[in-house]
Amino acid sequence: MLGLNKKDVTLLTFVAVLALFAPFILNPFPEGSAMAQFNAGYPDLMQRFAIFGIFAIGFNLLFGLTGYLSFGHAAFLGIGSYAVVWMYKLLDYNVLWGLPLAVVISGIFALGIGYVSLRRSGIYFSILTLAFAQMMFAISYSDLLGRFVGTTITNGETGLQVYTSDPQILLGANEPNTPHLFGLVMNNSFFLEVGAWQFTFNVGYYFSAIVMLVMFYLSVRIFRSPFGLMLRAIKSNNTRMSYTGLNPRPYTLAVFVISGMYAGLAGGLMAAMDPLAGAERMQWTASGEVVLMTILGGTGTLIGPVLGAGFIKYFENIFSKINDNVLHQWFSFMPDGLEDAMVFIVHPFIGKGWHLTLGILFMLVVIFLPGGLVEGGQRLAAWIRSKRGGAEENTKSSTEPAE
Amino acid sequence: MGILEIKDVGKRFGGLQALSDVNLSVKENSCHAIIGPNGAGKSTLLNCLVGKLIPDSGSVMFDGQSVLGRSPYEINQMGISRVFQTPEIFGDLTVMENMLIPIFAKRDGAFRMHAIESVLAEKQVIEQAEAMLEEMNMADKRHMHAAAMSRGDKRRLEIGMCLSQEPRLLLLDEPTAGMARADTNNTIDLLKEIKEERDITIAIIEHDMHVVFSLADRITVLAQGTPLVEDDPQNIRGNPKVREAYLGESA
Ligand SMILES: Nc1ncnc2c1ncn2[C@@H]1O[C@H](COP(=O)(O)OP(=O)(O)OP(=O)(O)O)[C@@H](O)[C@H]1O
Ligand SMILES: [Mg+2]
Repeated sequence: MLGLNKKDVTLLTFVAVLALFAPFILNPFPEGSAMAQFNAGYPDLMQRFAIFGIFAIGFNLLFGLTGYLSFGHAAFLGIGSYAVVWMYKLLDYNVLWGLPLAVVISGIFALGIGYVSLRRSGIYFSILTLAFAQMMFAISYSDLLGRFVGTTITNGETGLQVYTSDPQILLGANEPNTPHLFGLVMNNSFFLEVGAWQFTFNVGYYFSAIVMLVMFYLSVRIFRSPFGLMLRAIKSNNTRMSYTGLNPRPYTLAVFVISGMYAGLAGGLMAAMDPLAGAERMQWTASGEVVLMTILGGTGTLIGPVLGAGFIKYFENIFSKINDNVLHQWFSFMPDGLEDAMVFIVHPFIGKGWHLTLGILFMLVVIFLPGGLVEGGQRLAAWIRSKRGGAEENTKSSTEPAE
Repeated sequence: MGILEIKDVGKRFGGLQALSDVNLSVKENSCHAIIGPNGAGKSTLLNCLVGKLIPDSGSVMFDGQSVLGRSPYEINQMGISRVFQTPEIFGDLTVMENMLIPIFAKRDGAFRMHAIESVLAEKQVIEQAEAMLEEMNMADKRHMHAAAMSRGDKRRLEIGMCLSQEPRLLLLDEPTAGMARADTNNTIDLLKEIKEERDITIAIIEHDMHVVFSLADRITVLAQGTPLVEDDPQNIRGNPKVREAYLGESA
């Protein structure tokens, strides 16, 4: 089916079910309950799951398959956002104009940056991509290009946004004044009340989720293609690759461009959810984040990046929302002195200290689960199987590569 | 005219003249061995043939075309395959995948953007790979990670990968170095079989005289970067100059 084998169809179905039922799956706790703060089923966060999922899937095509570690992928994210906002300014709020443009422009930039950076490998490649991204960040932040041509391009530190004075030549009389797809407004949500639960179905989320599914499907196809095989060959042994009559350069460049386009699309979708684009989207921290997502989820696996993106975005959101008041509530069953002590200990890991927690989680995963969450899942499955099936089944447990 | 013509090749590393005035002609469909003491320049010469090094002077012609200035992948596409001293295979991939890659390279050239098609749909390529694995007696290992195999099996796989491209010239750099006796004998048998059953020219660098005399139709002795003698195996054995330069202790 769809040109995939059975295992991949299962995986695709799994991701599709996860994406389509996310508003339920992510809202397991009733409104107003103490656990409700762990719910993640609201539009803003769900959109980020899907969008960063796309970003990480694309990053994994480059890093997971070829082993080339780019430290500048956020540059393409920013380009994608700027492209979409420019289309709002010039044409109208329909996201259909901006998104393809975001993909094309980030592809063109990726071609240039990749052409230069791929002349080196290993750490030198990483540094080159980082340098390019920081350059582009600086240019955007100071609107250098805009000053050069005499009109604003990135609108500097304010960030690019739509003003009423913008041309918007396609803007119809009754057209919505926020991003939409042929009148389907991204901000709109539909609420479903079931008992104490409230589920939110947001247009923007479903739009991003469907795009994410398509991009995920595409990445499965690339993984399973002869092209994907060649990319894995590059990672495995570049010498043998050359002496087998294959030129590694166009292969790495092609996948760099593809991966840059994924990032551009993700950046475009960010602007499709919220019609703003700022230079900070290009900063090196954003480039580093996608590296963490991919490694945390499972580098070189199909589903790993999606899991990693979801994991980081979820915990970022939850941990950064917890404050001392919440902690006091949690530990209120303890005697006063102990309560204060516990809050004091946990305090550095929450709120703004969330990055500390992320750092520790990341270290634990890299040390104990080098294959990321996917490896964790596989070990868990193997453990359950051995519990259930007994010793003789155990010997047959799959040795196939993780995907 | 041989299929490979090396004329007046010289190569210098700083103060060291690694190769000088190398003239060598390899006849089509023969097995030509290059022997010589350590540091004689054998690997350097081989590297000049495959695009890893560019000689300072002289010319290297393969089938009437110069190979100088071309990249390794271009030279491979001309029909020269190389087996390395330590097997170079795709360790992270399965044996089957290892075998598919050279066949794709032969069919599609140095680069092709077939990113959406499925490998599994490439029936013909898979069949060819299966057949070659069968021929190498490795069909049962097809799902194994290549890195997990024994040295002898890796060598076999590497040779199989080269052969699957049906090269006209196969270059081997000490294919049995570091191998146990049994693996060495297996490799000799495999190479003999290849020689008899295929239209292929083989150039082999080897230290092990047992291997050389089992396979070679013609032998060149290299010493200090220059060919000392070139002759048939039976004459090399008796040649006093060769004994002095090289064979003294091992023959
Ligand atoms: N890249 C290089 N840079 C500098 N010197 C080199 C280089 N490659 C080889 N040499 C030197 O050139 C000489 C010939 O080396 P080469 O590896 O060709 O010898 P060989 O005949 O293959 O020896 P062995 O039997 O030990 O493999 C040696 O003295 C070696 O140290
Ligand atoms: Mg050598």
